[in-house]
Amino acid sequence: MDIKRVKDSIYWLYYQYLLITCSYVLEPWEQSMFHTITVTVFAMVVYTAYVFVPIHVRLAFEFFSQIFGGQPESTV
Amino acid sequence: MANPSAVCNGHLHHHHHQKQNNLLKSGIYKKNGITKGMKKNGISNGTLYKKTFIEHFEQAPMYVAVLTFLGFGVGTVFGYLRDFMRAWGLEKRNVAAEREQQKDFVPLYQDFENFYTRNLYMRIRDNWNRPICSVPGPQFDLMERVTDDYNWTFRFTGRTIKNVINMGSYNYLGFAETDVNALKTVTIELQKYGTGICSTRQEMGTLDKHIELEKLVAKFLGVEDAMVFGMGFATNSMNIPALVGKGCLILSDELNHTSLVLGARLSGATIRIFKHNNMQSLEQLLRDAIIYGQPRSRRAWRKIIILVEGIYSMEGSIVRLPEIVSLKKKYKAYLYLDEAHSIGAVGATGRGVVEYFGMSPDDVDVLMGTFTKSFGAAGGYIAGKKDLVDFLRTHSHSAVYATSMCPPVAEQIIRAMKCLMGLDGTTQGLQRVRQLGKNTRYFRRRLHEMGFIIYGNDDSPVVPLLLYMPGKIGAFARRMLEKNIGVVVVGFPATPITESRARFCVSAAHTREMLDTVLNALDELGDFLHLKYSRYSKSSHPELYEETRLELED
Repeated sequence: MDIKRVKDSIYWLYYQYLLITCSYVLEPWEQSMFHTITVTVFAMVVYTAYVFVPIHVRLAFEFFSQIFGGQPESTV
Repeated sequence: MANPSAVCNGHLHHHHHQKQNNLLKSGIYKKNGITKGMKKNGISNGTLYKKTFIEHFEQAPMYVAVLTFLGFGVGTVFGYLRDFMRAWGLEKRNVAAEREQQKDFVPLYQDFENFYTRNLYMRIRDNWNRPICSVPGPQFDLMERVTDDYNWTFRFTGRTIKNVINMGSYNYLGFAETDVNALKTVTIELQKYGTGICSTRQEMGTLDKHIELEKLVAKFLGVEDAMVFGMGFATNSMNIPALVGKGCLILSDELNHTSLVLGARLSGATIRIFKHNNMQSLEQLLRDAIIYGQPRSRRAWRKIIILVEGIYSMEGSIVRLPEIVSLKKKYKAYLYLDEAHSIGAVGATGRGVVEYFGMSPDDVDVLMGTFTKSFGAAGGYIAGKKDLVDFLRTHSHSAVYATSMCPPVAEQIIRAMKCLMGLDGTTQGLQRVRQLGKNTRYFRRRLHEMGFIIYGNDDSPVVPLLLYMPGKIGAFARRMLEKNIGVVVVGFPATPITESRARFCVSAAHTREMLDTVLNALDELGDFLHLKYSRYSKSSHPELYEETRLELED
């Protein structure tokens, strides 16, 4: 029963994606092409985020903590 | 007296935007601070509008507009791809194309309209032009058709889909019926006159039936005389050229029907457009017309005529007739009112917007309407003063060249009108009008409560439900048909490109059960397709609703 609800909600999300991007009206081969492109772009976005975002966040954190927290160190 | 609504509302920004996030645009504004303002100035808008005028044109959240454009973008990209494949012979060409010998001529099919038709409309074309095979009453039968090549060609399977609930026909009073008792007089006339007239009004096509019908129409509307024509579209397009010509000015609403636009263009008069139902825009145009006159010679305009409709069929909005009549009297213009959808459908006894606002039919110079919608027949009429109608009898293109209305159809209109006026001895007509009003209010109220965005006036039986995204147009219509409900969906070019909608026409013949079936189906489908965009859905506690509205106003 739970599996069915999960499957239904996944199908609903997939259907929303089809409606929003207007790929509901496309023929099957056009849909496959569109899905491939979308999945590729999405995978690239996820990969970039995974590789680069933690490093950038850490560097930004260090930069800002140097401005605010670094002052007591320099006066001593 | 210049701007009655400006005095009443107190929010000047309110008038310049027709569509905004306010839910109510009322002539009589029911809000605490504003009623005080009304009393201070001593002028109240209550004398112009005898009842509240509530129209909704809610804007959807911003993400909806963004996603709509995204959807159209994807469709356009794939459209270019398919056009490329068709041009290079990678795909079979089913489209209209020029012949080989014409390839060096000016291209015929390059503009956006043709691109849109080829690539976007064709994909969901199975939702339109569905052949029906029964009378379009509250329920009808559809012929089932399938397509093997993605809507380029259709074939009929031979089956009929029975008892589909009809939410698309303009059958407002339910006179499209096959009941033998109701059609008795029509059968008699059919056997007496046959079906063909074979002549125009001015030659040998004026029958005693036409005289009887014209007298009845004049009596129904409360005017001096009327003239009937065989086709509703032709009534507009052939009679406006007879009434105005060069040197006249036509002020036409933004969203007027094609028949009015065609008639205005054919007449040769100058046409200026004012924003939809916007009285400030109309007044500005009138003032400019009178101050500056004709473009180069600065002479006064021979005639200034204002073209409006009673109910606009794509928006469901009702014209602001009291304000237009006061403007017309002040600036000495003429008013042409096209009551195609409103005759029979609004008003306490079904006499149209003139009765709905409690005004006298003498205020409107030319009353036009059609018999196609509320009377279950075909044809149109123009009514007004006797001088006007006599002029049209001699000068209208329709009278000279078009075949007149055929007698059984005229008899159908006569029996429907007699029923409405109560002349057949029953109260059936009045019951139908009341039932339509009840159905309209119930349907609209439930849809608002569910959270859909609905356009238009609370009293108009035309209910547009906004869909916005192009992908949802096809999905909505197909799924409703699977649930045995027939709806009409509309997209570009009949509506603005981002505001595609499903248009429901409530009928007096719909029973409460049918409406409930439709509403439940809409509820389910609204959740499944995520169509409930309204941010101001009414709950069952009106006091709370009033409070939230006050917050949003500020």
